[in-house]
Amino acid sequence: MISSRFQVLMIAMLLAMTGLFVAWYKVVYLGVPVTPHDKRSVFTVTAEVDLEGTGAPASVSLRLPSTQPGMKILEREGEAGEFGMTTALMDDGELLHWTKRSFDAKSKLFYKIRVTPEPLYEPQDSQAVWDTIPAYDDTQFWDASEQAAAAGILNYAREHSADAISLAAQLIDMFNTEMPTDAVKELQAKKNETTASLVMALLAREKITFRKVRGIMLEDGQKKRRAVTLLEVKGADESGYFSFKTGQITLPENFFVWSLGNRAMMTTKGIAKARLRFSVSEAKVAASMLSKREMLKQGNDFLNFSLYSLPSSQQNAFKQLLLIPIGALVVVIFRILIGIRTMGTFMPVLFALAFIQTTLISGLAMFFVIVSSGLIVRSYLSRLQLLLVARISAVIIVVISIMSVMSIVSFKLGIDEVLKITFFPMIILSWTIERMSILWEESGAREALTQVGGSLVVAIAAFFAMDNDFVRHLTFTFPELQLLVLAMVILVGRYTGYRITELVRFAPLAGR
Amino acid sequence: MKFVTFGALRRKGIVGMNYRNVELIGRYNPRSHYPLVDNKLMTKELARNSGVPVTELYATIERQSQLRNLHDILAPYGSFVVKPDYGSGGKGIVVITHREGDTFIKASGDALSLNDLRKHISNILSGLYSLGGRYDTAIIEKVVAFDPMFADYSFEGVPDIRIIVYRGYPVMAMMRCPTRESDGKANLHQGAVGVGLSLKDGSALSAVIHDRPVTHHPDTHHDFAKLKVPQWEAVLTMAASCYEMTGLGYLGADIVFDKNDGALMLELNARPGLAIQIANGRGLRERLETVDRQKQPRTAAERVLYSMNYIE
Repeated sequence: MISSRFQVLMIAMLLAMTGLFVAWYKVVYLGVPVTPHDKRSVFTVTAEVDLEGTGAPASVSLRLPSTQPGMKILEREGEAGEFGMTTALMDDGELLHWTKRSFDAKSKLFYKIRVTPEPLYEPQDSQAVWDTIPAYDDTQFWDASEQAAAAGILNYAREHSADAISLAAQLIDMFNTEMPTDAVKELQAKKNETTASLVMALLAREKITFRKVRGIMLEDGQKKRRAVTLLEVKGADESGYFSFKTGQITLPENFFVWSLGNRAMMTTKGIAKARLRFSVSEAKVAASMLSKREMLKQGNDFLNFSLYSLPSSQQNAFKQLLLIPIGALVVVIFRILIGIRTMGTFMPVLFALAFIQTTLISGLAMFFVIVSSGLIVRSYLSRLQLLLVARISAVIIVVISIMSVMSIVSFKLGIDEVLKITFFPMIILSWTIERMSILWEESGAREALTQVGGSLVVAIAAFFAMDNDFVRHLTFTFPELQLLVLAMVILVGRYTGYRITELVRFAPLAGR
Repeated sequence: MKFVTFGALRRKGIVGMNYRNVELIGRYNPRSHYPLVDNKLMTKELARNSGVPVTELYATIERQSQLRNLHDILAPYGSFVVKPDYGSGGKGIVVITHREGDTFIKASGDALSLNDLRKHISNILSGLYSLGGRYDTAIIEKVVAFDPMFADYSFEGVPDIRIIVYRGYPVMAMMRCPTRESDGKANLHQGAVGVGLSLKDGSALSAVIHDRPVTHHPDTHHDFAKLKVPQWEAVLTMAASCYEMTGLGYLGADIVFDKNDGALMLELNARPGLAIQIANGRGLRERLETVDRQKQPRTAAERVLYSMNYIE
């Protein structure tokens, strides 16, 4: 047979571990923030298309970004204006079509996404589409001497490299050097060809798999920038990223990839002029707000079960309700570990809840006014020889009248804090008055004031424990921590040691 | 204010409230037995059946409507005590020592009209003094006649003897002497004097008022050192037999001395407080452990003999 003390210990351990584990899981794997003030950046990236029509039926197709590691897309939103807007899911990602039967004016089209960098984020549907088309057919575009130059460049690069990635690095280097070789010069002399297109043509000729990575740096205040084009070259087991200007680079952390692949980002039909530009703006958002939204959007099964899935009115009710265990824990600690006597066991928690609504100072002031005037009325009522229930009812009515008068007077005076006293639990106040006056008669003023004072001390402590952004955030976002509170209450419930006040109470005994 | 350390309390073997609640009351006092002691009428009945002397019951008032006949109900009695059936800690008890027509004089000398009394009883019936505020019954019983034996140690009230009975063994005893401050009541927190009594012979060991040591009664100025309770073994036996009577392993028995009837059991308490340790100047822990070592079954009388000889 297991002793009940051991059982208590086991149950408490189990509850605490469960609560902590679930909270830990949410923090580490779901990115739920621990503190309410944890701010995160949310970037709004806007693709802006300036158009000039020809009068013919017009269509604009824009490739849309898909999920990528380290970047969480929160929202997407297109603006069509007078155009029709549809999206299509192609095998290399989503495509947005803006279409109009006849268009001859100037117009602007927008597509906005909101994104937040999150280093640990790994989307499951990450894209792995590589273009395998030979993008440049050299016999068609290049003449014999250019082909010889290209072969020479590739021969040199091949000799001075180990694999696809280092070969690409070598190629870009050869084009970017201050003293290029004659072969490079010859290719560079070609009209309409840039370093980028030449390097890609050479890579294609060498049958190296590559794709363009187009995106934008997430930096606040970027306005009307062109997309940054990087080259991704597939190596044996990893790929290398290249800037056509600086050679091999590592993908910057705040680089948001808009599209992958060698196809154009935007294609148009029946449009005279079209220009695609990007703008970025940054906003700092409380992380708790963010994760709430993400959770609901992503339909995480675990978090679908969270309090955030409730309608907001119920959420607010629960925010209050979940604080009560914290107040109860404070009461338990003050009663069992410290040993402060209160009037009614959980009355302090109710007072604390009232103080949260009224703010502490005005709540305390109102408590004193109402209780003392209530005591005076009660002492008169007791002379009328009413039955107990009737007398308490009379006190309730009188207390409410006092409050009404206080509210009206203070409103006229412009002190609107008093209006909040309606949050005070009336019945509780009336009972406090009744019990206090009985206690006063039976055991004297000293005992009555001790108990009321004790109640207020505990209520104030509970107030500070409950009216705290951090605690509110934890109780509501991590309701599983209630299990931890429960474990603590259970443990303290089996505490058989001395209370702090007993150190004073029994002092004459131990001192002798 | 003086502080001591946890260690000092532990070394002294003092039992704290938490230990009392969990290890004594929680473990040895089954909840189902509480009504036997919380309800004074039931306790009285039980005691009579077990041959333990109790104060004589005059009347009970259960309904507000009976209050109209209060005059008739009280007519035969010149003195009486009104108390709530479910009361605790001496709450709601009014002692009428004599009357002049329909004016009732309290022990303190204050006068009450019949209406005052009616109001008080009405409050009792409404549950004002009962545990948890449930509807209550008012008990009207015989006043304990002041035994002059303790007159020197009491002011306007009857001193009573509180004996803690642990698993049937008396483990600690004290006398509670009313003072002017306590308004004739025998409650220590209201200012009555607590006098620790020797289990061996019922003689006084030490005395405290508001947890601070005293040697003399603050009102009568008599020295507590000369106090000795007579018929000590009978008093202890009375308390010890409450164990079989109630089945409570940790209880407080309150006993008074009546001038004519001798020792009477006044009431029982399933949650006796710990001030008795202060009155005695020592902790309960060691005595509880001594009792825990007793394995063989004993009768009340045998347990009392054991306590008188071996506990302390």
